[in-house]
Amino acid sequence: MAPTTNTLDRTNYLNATKGFMSWFWTIDHKRLGLMYLWSVIACFIMGGFFAMKIRLNLMPGAVDFATQTAEQMNAYNNAFTVHGAVMVFLVIIPSIPAALGNFVLPLMLGAKDVAFPRLNRFSYHLWIIGALLFVATLLIGNLDTGWTFYPPYSTGHTDPSVITAVLGAFILGFSSIFTGLNFIVTIHKMRPPQMTWFKMPLFLWAIYATAVIQVLATPVIGISLLLILVEKTMQIGIFTPELGGDPVFFQHLFWFYSHPAVYIMVLPGMGIMSELFATFSRKPIFGYKSIAMSSIAIAIFSFIVWGHHMFISGQSDLMSVIFSALTFSVAVPSAIKVFNWISTMYKGSISFSVPMLYGMSIIWLFGIGGLTGLFLATLGTDVVFHDTYFVVAHFHYVMVGSALFGFIGGIYYWWPKMYGKVVDGPLAKVGCVLSFLGFNLTFLPQFVGGSKGMPRRYAAYGSEQGFDDWNYWSTMGAMVLLAGLSIALFGLLRSFFVKGALSPANPWGGVTLEWQTPSPPPEHNFEIDPPTVGDPYDMSLVEYRGEVEGFLPVNPREDDPCVAYIAPEEA
Amino acid sequence: MSSHDNHPEGVAHHFETAEQQFDSGKLGIWTFLLTEVLFFSALFVAYTMYRDNYPEVFQFASQYLDTNLGALNTLVLLLSSFTIAWGVRNAMLGETKMLTINLIITLICAAGFMVIKAEEYGHKFHEGTLWGGHEHSIFQLDASKVDPEIAAHSKAWSNPDGEFSAAVKDLDPEFRQKLGIFFGVYFCLTGLHGIHVLIGMILLTWLLIRNLRGEFGPKNFAAVDFIALYWHLVDLIWIFLFPLLYLIS
Repeated sequence: MAPTTNTLDRTNYLNATKGFMSWFWTIDHKRLGLMYLWSVIACFIMGGFFAMKIRLNLMPGAVDFATQTAEQMNAYNNAFTVHGAVMVFLVIIPSIPAALGNFVLPLMLGAKDVAFPRLNRFSYHLWIIGALLFVATLLIGNLDTGWTFYPPYSTGHTDPSVITAVLGAFILGFSSIFTGLNFIVTIHKMRPPQMTWFKMPLFLWAIYATAVIQVLATPVIGISLLLILVEKTMQIGIFTPELGGDPVFFQHLFWFYSHPAVYIMVLPGMGIMSELFATFSRKPIFGYKSIAMSSIAIAIFSFIVWGHHMFISGQSDLMSVIFSALTFSVAVPSAIKVFNWISTMYKGSISFSVPMLYGMSIIWLFGIGGLTGLFLATLGTDVVFHDTYFVVAHFHYVMVGSALFGFIGGIYYWWPKMYGKVVDGPLAKVGCVLSFLGFNLTFLPQFVGGSKGMPRRYAAYGSEQGFDDWNYWSTMGAMVLLAGLSIALFGLLRSFFVKGALSPANPWGGVTLEWQTPSPPPEHNFEIDPPTVGDPYDMSLVEYRGEVEGFLPVNPREDDPCVAYIAPEEA
Repeated sequence: MSSHDNHPEGVAHHFETAEQQFDSGKLGIWTFLLTEVLFFSALFVAYTMYRDNYPEVFQFASQYLDTNLGALNTLVLLLSSFTIAWGVRNAMLGETKMLTINLIITLICAAGFMVIKAEEYGHKFHEGTLWGGHEHSIFQLDASKVDPEIAAHSKAWSNPDGEFSAAVKDLDPEFRQKLGIFFGVYFCLTGLHGIHVLIGMILLTWLLIRNLRGEFGPKNFAAVDFIALYWHLVDLIWIFLFPLLYLIS
């Protein structure tokens, strides 16, 4: 049982092979996960740059409403379009499934890799091509259609950069489809024999539900974007009113994907939440089956509510009423999850580690995001709120509040597994708290401004319209949010470049299988097989052991490599 | 590490058994085919919506399509589906030579389909029966834009033999505009299908090369099986396209 080697010096997936090609051409899901992770963070910085550009542009006094020029308006249109498109297609959709999902999913299954490792690599390379096309979009023109690419903005004689952007989104869609397909097959066919569906970690249920949406919805946006390309380059006529086509038809196709896509963004974050709340409350998750089933329910409901984006687009009143009623159904499984997380904390032994702080932030953020969604699902109120900042604030609370905070919480949670080092200091906590406060300061004022009728997508507002205060505080909040996120990223980068506290195999006390292999894991994930599969949330299966400064199974096997971890002072 | 020493031959490192590997591939290809159906779905919805809104336009427009060539292509693809299905059986039984023959026949059918399709397309470009936004389309709202030479040459435009119920130039402008929509849908659907046939030809060629190297047999026929499934779907989509586009009356 005596510790023998430092975890970072032993052969693991990070140092097994070296060189650019050993990463770029790898089929190891862990390396692909890390490459997604850093690529997504790079794109997040790009999208964040445009977010700041938007907020600074809207700072009262920055652009005068009465004397604004066409260039200023075009630049603003470009900023919000690129911000939206980059954040949706390059950041939030791949963030948790492709980055964290790739890294964690096979580990959680006790498997050596995903079912199709080469397809997985292909997905990543497609993603890179898509990202490069977006960079090209920034360089060649002034994309100003909004991230939704509605015709006729995106067709006809508009900016040619639409072509690269739409092609980029189309290719990213296939990257997403192949990732989802890979995960579905992996979960179906590669679970260890003892792991029945209801012994799967809830993160996998969430990833599974997400993958189902990716596979069923993304092809529809794929063909729609392809048709936009054909329409733009050859005037095929299907969406163009001058040629007898129907632009609202595109909106139906677009939202048939893009509403379920909201759940591609949110569900994996919810999956991470379930892991965090159980691990950091030291309690079995409350209502396992209802959380698992609510993920599936959300995936199903997500396909029958898209019309609520089109209440004022000219669909029939009857359709609007039906879509409004159906939309409420999504609130039920969402609320089930939130209540279960809170119940898991109840009388738990809660530790306020960094991942848990992000988890608890999400309860607040998703609570507001979800409940304000009900105002927008209600037909009568949505007619008033449509295209105001109320909508902007609502979807930021859901997409940033749940997806992005879940992503960051997940990074901090699995960081020890990725790099063999723990980041859990006061600085990282300050980063989380500042991000939380900054986020609320940015978007709560937008609810107020929006409810007073402040329209979205305007480059400037006149002072007499009375929105200056809300814009002022929103921009101030964006500064705080920028500071908080920068600190969060700094914490990770410092750990990456500087040798920090080494991590045991199981620093947090999780019971799922990824914690039963050393940190970082060996190339083929597990040195001894098969790992013991038990209840993923039975906290009595692991206990804290001082000699490894982390958790170990209650009765570890003789040959368990996790036992051989060296304590930090001996490193 | 002991498990790697006796790892079964032909099974990738991350699978335990050959059966698990085959089942994963099968589920993967079926899931992929599902995404393919959904990829076509938007165009089928476009077809349904516009046909429901303008049934008389679709009925009229269908006359411009060559039903004989369409039917011939249907037969060609049905034959190719039969040969590839037979090929899967050949691979399972280890009949390498017969598999080669069946793959070649399938490839010839696929190429034949594309030749016939190109013939149809060429005819339409010649006649100007194109989508509304094309500069040589006879369905453009502005008749003066149409190349007079093409107009004089086009049976549809001048309607010399009375085959159609009306010459295009005599049609109501809105009706003509919607005819352009029909051809937009027609070219998108058949074009996307044609791209799938071309991809299928690349995959079939790959199978042929691998088979000539002797890679397929009773223990390794998954690739033939999966690509055959893809090919059946491509065939199936055409089976829907043919009546929907050519046989409207």
